Amino acid sequence: MASGQQWVLVEMVQAFYEAPAYHLILEGILILWIIRLLFSKTYKLQERSDLTEKEKEELIEEWQPEPLVPPVSKDHPSLNYDIVTGPPSHKIIVNGKECINFASFNFLGLLDNERVKKKALASLKKYGVGTCGPRGFYGTFDVHLELEDRLAKFMRTEEAIIYSYGFATIASAIPAYSKRGDIVFVDEAACFSIQKGLQASRSFIKYFKHNDMDDLERLLKEQELEDQKNPRKARVTRRFIVVEGLYINTGDVCPLPDLVNLKYKYKVRIFLEESMSFGVLGEHGRGVTEHFGVNIDDIDLISANMENAVASVGGFCCGRSFVIDHQRLSGQGYCFSASLPPMLAAAAIEALNIMEEDPEIFTILREKCRHVHKALQGIPGLKVVGEAFTPALHLQLEKSSGSRDTDGKTLRSIVQYCLERQIALTLARYLEKEERFLPPPTIRVVVTVEQTEEEIEKAAGLIREAALTVLK
Amino acid sequence: MTESSANKPANGNVCHRATNGVKPGRNGFVKNHYLYQQQQQKYCYPEEKVHHVACNGGLYSRPFNESFEETPMLVAVLTYMGYGILTIFGYLRDFLREWKIEKCHIAREREEQKDFVPLYQDFENFYTRNLYMRIRDSWNRPICSVPGAKVDLVERVSHDYNWTFDYTGRVVKDVINMGSYNYLGFAENTGLCAEAAAAVTSKYGVGVSSTRQEMGNLDRHEEMEKLVAKFLGVESAMAFGMGFATNSMNIPALTGKGCLILSDELNHASLVLGARLSGSTIRVFKHNNMQSLEKLLRDAIVHGQPRTHRPWKKILILVEGIYSMEGSIVRLPEVIALKKKYKAYLYLDEAHSIGALGPNGRGVVDYFGLDSRDVDIMMGTFTKSFGAAGGYIGGRKELIDYLRTHSHSAVYATSMSPPVVEQIITSMKCIMGEDGTSVGRERIQQLAENTTYFRRKLQEMGFIIYGNDDSPVVPMMLYMPAKIGAFGREMLKRNIGVVVVGFPATPIIESRARFCISAAHTKEMLDMALSVISEVGDLLQLKYSRHRILPSLDRPFDETTYEENED
Repeated sequence: MASGQQWVLVEMVQAFYEAPAYHLILEGILILWIIRLLFSKTYKLQERSDLTEKEKEELIEEWQPEPLVPPVSKDHPSLNYDIVTGPPSHKIIVNGKECINFASFNFLGLLDNERVKKKALASLKKYGVGTCGPRGFYGTFDVHLELEDRLAKFMRTEEAIIYSYGFATIASAIPAYSKRGDIVFVDEAACFSIQKGLQASRSFIKYFKHNDMDDLERLLKEQELEDQKNPRKARVTRRFIVVEGLYINTGDVCPLPDLVNLKYKYKVRIFLEESMSFGVLGEHGRGVTEHFGVNIDDIDLISANMENAVASVGGFCCGRSFVIDHQRLSGQGYCFSASLPPMLAAAAIEALNIMEEDPEIFTILREKCRHVHKALQGIPGLKVVGEAFTPALHLQLEKSSGSRDTDGKTLRSIVQYCLERQIALTLARYLEKEERFLPPPTIRVVVTVEQTEEEIEKAAGLIREAALTVLK
Repeated sequence: MTESSANKPANGNVCHRATNGVKPGRNGFVKNHYLYQQQQQKYCYPEEKVHHVACNGGLYSRPFNESFEETPMLVAVLTYMGYGILTIFGYLRDFLREWKIEKCHIAREREEQKDFVPLYQDFENFYTRNLYMRIRDSWNRPICSVPGAKVDLVERVSHDYNWTFDYTGRVVKDVINMGSYNYLGFAENTGLCAEAAAAVTSKYGVGVSSTRQEMGNLDRHEEMEKLVAKFLGVESAMAFGMGFATNSMNIPALTGKGCLILSDELNHASLVLGARLSGSTIRVFKHNNMQSLEKLLRDAIVHGQPRTHRPWKKILILVEGIYSMEGSIVRLPEVIALKKKYKAYLYLDEAHSIGALGPNGRGVVDYFGLDSRDVDIMMGTFTKSFGAAGGYIGGRKELIDYLRTHSHSAVYATSMSPPVVEQIITSMKCIMGEDGTSVGRERIQQLAENTTYFRRKLQEMGFIIYGNDDSPVVPMMLYMPAKIGAFGREMLKRNIGVVVVGFPATPIIESRARFCISAAHTKEMLDMALSVISEVGDLLQLKYSRHRILPSLDRPFDETTYEENED
């Protein structure tokens, strides 16, 4: 071996002597060329342009940016908001007209509850309004700890964490767990804050058809096959299913028991957004889990806001400490935002007290929902979207004209007709270009416990009248 | 070695109070350009030129002194050693926990889900488990009073090295609060603001239960927005329920694909999130470094978008007024000059500066005596100076009209709580002097005085203080990880509540304590705090500064620079 190498070396030297001059020169040039390539500046796309300073100045002079925002036409449907004077409670003054409120998500009528107000006032007297800091830096008040404790007890989970803004709750919770490379299975009808949370997480998003468990299982099976191909990657890829309890966009409920079955079958975690169902569904208002009798520990994370049934501001997540505690350092909306004003937390505590003392309120709400749902059936040209026990229903045109704008205008004239006759309704608003799956234009009808039978009959009659007039 | 010393030579030749040993590394200036020389006459005061021979003096109407003293070498080495030791012990403890020799307090996954993909990667929580947990008691301290100049703390103890806390039921009374962002002292439970908020609570309740576009647009909201626009000196304004969300939900409405966002490296998480959600290309410039910004702007316009080389649709510069961890003030006159020259748009986040800076409390624009119309998007929060909650965006009418129709917040998020709105209206009127008193003006004055006094005293004591001389956010360097917890605890023992921050909120070796000065602090409180800081500083050997400033007895304490600059 060694002698062989030596021989090769000798031969090489010999070949060098014997080689013609032009060959050596050529090789020499090639070697120099390689050295030049090695030591020349690295190839950079940006610096390749050989522009002189003058040309650069000209380019800079020439460049015209687009306007910061495109102009908004004066008659844009959502430019001019309806103005509410006074409290947005059961009796509401919209654009100077006193109406019965069928538009605010004040399901339990706690918004102008005297007890809630009294507690909020007492808290205001003690703490002032603002917290002047995030939770970490002297922004944690004893009221926050109490509220977290109460929410956890109410939901019968180990721990709860509160956020100062309902929208930011699920939008912060999702990216705290699901990172780049993870997979999230989402219902197509998921609300906007879920969509934003998914976007922030930078995970792979797989949408399944609304409430279609077969479609979800198809996707899960696909993923299982994928995993078998690359088991090493599969071992570190977290998977989540994100669903809403009661869908704000469609008014129906998720098939939770089926989801839990799929969860254990395919080892996927479930995140449940309950903003619409918390304080509404279930015997004690604990939401979809109670509605279906599902063990709450089978759901990895439940998030809800305290802006609908609770009629305060903010949101919360609850679940096992193993899951929830992570958000105290990783939930962006929790760590980097000022904490919830203590008076709003105090109001939420009192609302929970009322809900706990009198679970009857949920039965009343369900009855009202059924009543409204029934009363709205059979309106010519309009169909009711949503379950009979949903307090936030949608009225959709039976036959779309084909143009979203025209449909919107038609529905708006129905809303306007009712508004003039003292029933406050509103269109469901969406950002048309931003929504992943844009729901059709609808009128929102919200049921609250404060609405009397006469008022419900009046509203239903009026909507029928309006539909007859407008749709003809 | 450190991020700060690395870029030192780059600006070494810039004339910048070098006598004071100030490290100019973080503060690059725009090259002196003919454009600025035209403006020089307008802004420059001849007598100041003598004192502050900064090359960019032409743009500034007031002295702009910002210092980031370099980390002493020995301190840096010791700090790294500290982290090294902590890490070694962390691994050792993890090993002991693994073998069940040490009791483990960490919450565990459910038995039923043991075979799921783990929710957290193991190394993710190494830092939390082994470093943060040791000094966890310095954060999240619960309070049970107004977060004013003095605050009552709920006493808590831990019997298991900070894994869990027990509340003793006692209250630690009258802790001097150096941590809350209560710049103008509007965190109050008595007085005009609280009364107004109480009246509104009785009338309106606390919730709204609908969005602005649906049924949650109250008359109070409209009134507040008009007032905010007037206060800022802009055509129109819009308010949102959460400061964080104001950034993260509105930047995506302004820029999109094919747009470029130039963001300061130390921008707040909300700006970063907003930029990321927008789908635009993001490039980061060095903190407050105008050369870096200008280079990015030039390159962006000359080269266009990567790969396609199409010109950018628009360029948005994201900066903050006061940076909350550095205490620095944005070089706004230079940013505006650059923005005009390169036709970029400017998004100014005044979360900390609104109310806290400027002779009229109108933030950093007011502070530099500039025109708020030169800033395209004026953003800020109500949490800090106004003692409320939420955020706003102000600007031209077209911008606000667009936001009213396209902001995520207006369409999907519940509108602001009426008592919070009322607190904003009342406190803002007070600052503007519209309540018929001079209380607002006095508070602004008091804050400026307190800031100058407190910063000067700390510097004289030999601490390393970061940031601008006029910034009420005062970061004081601690460096070593062990001193973070020690400082927090020793200060609390002496009845002063402070905020301490370490990695990841700061670069790994630049752990610091942060004081937020308030107009509500009296001179006695500040003196008390200062003497305690000095005492603890001696105890923990925190007086790192090698540029001792001798106490200047000839300067009166209440010296402030605002009057002389009003014209």
